Amino acid sequence: MIGTRLRMAKFSFRLRLRLAMLLLITTALLLVLYLLQGFRSQPLPYEGLIYCAEGSPESFNPQQALTGTTLDATSHQLYGRLLEMDDRGDLVPGLADSWQVSDDGRIITLTLRRGVAFHATRYFTPSRNFNADDVLFSFYRLLDPDHPYHWVGGGHYPFFQSTGLAELVTGLVKLDNYRVQFQLSRPDATFLANLATDYAVILSAEYGQQLLASRHPEQIDSMPIGTGPFLFRNYRQHTAIFYDRHDGYWQGPAALQRLVFDISPNASMRLAKLISGECDLIALPAASEFGLIRQHPQLALDISTGFNVGYLAFNTEHHPFDDRRVRQALSLAFDREKIIEAVFFGSASLASSILPPISWAHHDGLEPIARDLQQARQLLESAGLAAGFEFDLWVPPLQRVYNPNPHKVAEIIQADLRAIGVKARIVSPDWQTFARQLELGNHDAALIGWTADSADPDNFLSPLLSCRALTSGSNRAQWCNHQFDLWLQQALATTDRQQRQAYYFRLQELLADEQPIAVLAHGLKSIAYRKEISGIESHPYHALALGRASRN
Amino acid sequence: MFIYALRKLTLLFVTMLLLTLLAFLLGHFAPGDPVYKLIGEQNLTPAQYQEVYNAYHLNRPLILQFFRFIGNAISGDLGISTASGEMVLDHLLRALPATAELVIYALVLAMVAGIPIGTLAALNSDTPLDRTILACCLIGTSIPTFWWALLIILLLSLTLGWLPLSGRISLLFEVEPRTNIMLLDLMLSDMGYRAAALRDALAHLFMPMVAVATIPMTQVIRTTRSTMVRLMREDFIKAARARGLGRWLILRHHALPNVMLPVSRDLSLQFGTLFTGAMIIENIFAWPGVGRYLVSSMQQQDYPALQGCLLMVGSIIVLLSVLSDLLHTAADPLTRKDLSDVG
Repeated sequence: MIGTRLRMAKFSFRLRLRLAMLLLITTALLLVLYLLQGFRSQPLPYEGLIYCAEGSPESFNPQQALTGTTLDATSHQLYGRLLEMDDRGDLVPGLADSWQVSDDGRIITLTLRRGVAFHATRYFTPSRNFNADDVLFSFYRLLDPDHPYHWVGGGHYPFFQSTGLAELVTGLVKLDNYRVQFQLSRPDATFLANLATDYAVILSAEYGQQLLASRHPEQIDSMPIGTGPFLFRNYRQHTAIFYDRHDGYWQGPAALQRLVFDISPNASMRLAKLISGECDLIALPAASEFGLIRQHPQLALDISTGFNVGYLAFNTEHHPFDDRRVRQALSLAFDREKIIEAVFFGSASLASSILPPISWAHHDGLEPIARDLQQARQLLESAGLAAGFEFDLWVPPLQRVYNPNPHKVAEIIQADLRAIGVKARIVSPDWQTFARQLELGNHDAALIGWTADSADPDNFLSPLLSCRALTSGSNRAQWCNHQFDLWLQQALATTDRQQRQAYYFRLQELLADEQPIAVLAHGLKSIAYRKEISGIESHPYHALALGRASRN
Repeated sequence: MFIYALRKLTLLFVTMLLLTLLAFLLGHFAPGDPVYKLIGEQNLTPAQYQEVYNAYHLNRPLILQFFRFIGNAISGDLGISTASGEMVLDHLLRALPATAELVIYALVLAMVAGIPIGTLAALNSDTPLDRTILACCLIGTSIPTFWWALLIILLLSLTLGWLPLSGRISLLFEVEPRTNIMLLDLMLSDMGYRAAALRDALAHLFMPMVAVATIPMTQVIRTTRSTMVRLMREDFIKAARARGLGRWLILRHHALPNVMLPVSRDLSLQFGTLFTGAMIIENIFAWPGVGRYLVSSMQQQDYPALQGCLLMVGSIIVLLSVLSDLLHTAADPLTRKDLSDVG
């Protein structure tokens, strides 16, 4: 009897314990499952978009920008420009309704748009709409060293200083409230295109005066006011930027109520966050991950050729690269397709000319140079160097869109050149040394590249290969050819596009023959996003624009 | 007991002094110019340089510099970060609550899940269930934390797409930081969509919490199990059973309270491990706590911030260990008795 009761008690205890445990575990599991499921279909509180950017902007004013990161974060989100560039690279009206160029090409009159409102934020309430005073304010800040804002933030305006805007523009006058006139020292075909670059934004003159009065002029670049689709709300250093919708945007308010830039420098982290849905859109996905993004059912990838070029520059002042035949031989001796496959993982297009194929001046008749060892050997022989030679190949320690792995490219070239008896010694110092020695012209050859600041073809040629660029620009081939310079000048003085194109074709043919540089590849501009996002504007002609983006 | 406490407090004082010395020497022997190490790379004129040099007492003997360092640390001046120009203490006061939040939730999870599982194992000792639990514990203890965290990310975030993997809350919610404890801030805030924000915060919390809790949880399970197995053979349990008390009652009233003490003592010994674990996890999940601050300071060679982190984290661990040791001694009649027997 007692035995039975004990067993019963034991049984019921075990049972109760098990039941209790079962209950506990089931509840816990159910709770976890409920939460996890809930998160999966997380409803967003309002229409917002998170863009995971690769770095922090150095300023909120594109006029001072050095990097594409800054331009992506500011130019088209916060500001407007007088002219804009459409997706084919043609000029369209922006804050200027229309424009007239005088017959001699030296006077440009712009009629401004009416009813364009500036941002109203917690730190600034505009009392008037955009007018000619704002244009004068924005451009005199760049042009006039006596302007109260010129030296605010250091007085560096890299784009405008490198294009020589101050020498080009001799006057900027306000004709009336809605008409301004630029007076140029010489006709310049690139001027209008420069007005449409990401750098040439319009600031608020009223805000500038208010800041001067409150003695905080430096805030103009850190707490920005513009006319763009979004207005500045908050910035947490190296963490995130918060923008709100600008309800008074002249093209109609954006669909997104909030835009957040999540600063995540690590490329694989960005991709992981895109997959988990924490980013809607990511900058610069790693080329090696393109396959994965394409296969993922919820992700999309946009790739477009960028306005950039990676190349091998021969120092034409050093022997034996002063001989055209040697440069041609070397250019023929390495395999460009192998480089595209092994280094870019297909995220680049093979270059046939210094100008990328999307440029209207690109010469379609030129072919990418294919490896031809026999011809290379013959050329070397005719130059009297059949036994080969040695040279220093300088390699930068940085990754760029036109060259994601310079060292690997250098190794491939080194290996390929061995076949014609040429020995390349790879020199890869730190960045400062690299930049200084190249500027002094102490290199034999260097693997470098260029990202254009504007879509105009001149931006590839004048800064890189003109005689003037020997001293002031980045002519790392130390190459000065008078025929080349003459055609370059003539192309600039012509406003007729067909005539200009003819000059650029001749220039490209000359380059293909002279080979001061051996072009390698044009890096592709890539952006990955979740499929529910539409309306992202990321094309080669300008920085990222999210004003028309929306969530479906 | 008084003497015991005094001894512990003396030890605390000496440890803190050594810790401060270590932090000070770290800054002193770090490579680089003494002035620029303190204020960051700047273009100073020789006169300005000399001014800073004197202001930081760099012209005095090392020992005086050290005393000054202690004085500053006590008054809360941990210097200025060379990377951001912000007071190190301000940043630490923002980062510490985040770390504390993670660690506390993880501890709670470890206890809440670990004690029942440990009890289950003990009551079924030497059955397949018990062995399975023990085997899982062994795996849980030996698996490197960072790898385990990556595995969870791979499963829950990248494959299933259920959980977010970085930060404390989606950036689309802007929560006003009052206490810097996210869940508390959310409760306090009057933002719209609070329920959605709370859910989002919990989703962000889940994986880091599980990853941090894993190792302490295995410890809790094993301690509970072994204590429980031992207890069940004790005379007072047998006596209770002889009196006809149900096992369920025995478990609740006699066994579990006796398990709590060794479990919490074991856990308190693990403060160091717990904190370092959390600091690694913070870097994987981009959790804005002290661990992340420490690692980013290392990358930026921000010595004042490094010193501050070292000092702050070190003191907290030492303080907590001593405090919990004193509390346990005071709470445990057996150790109290031992102490009074000895002295």
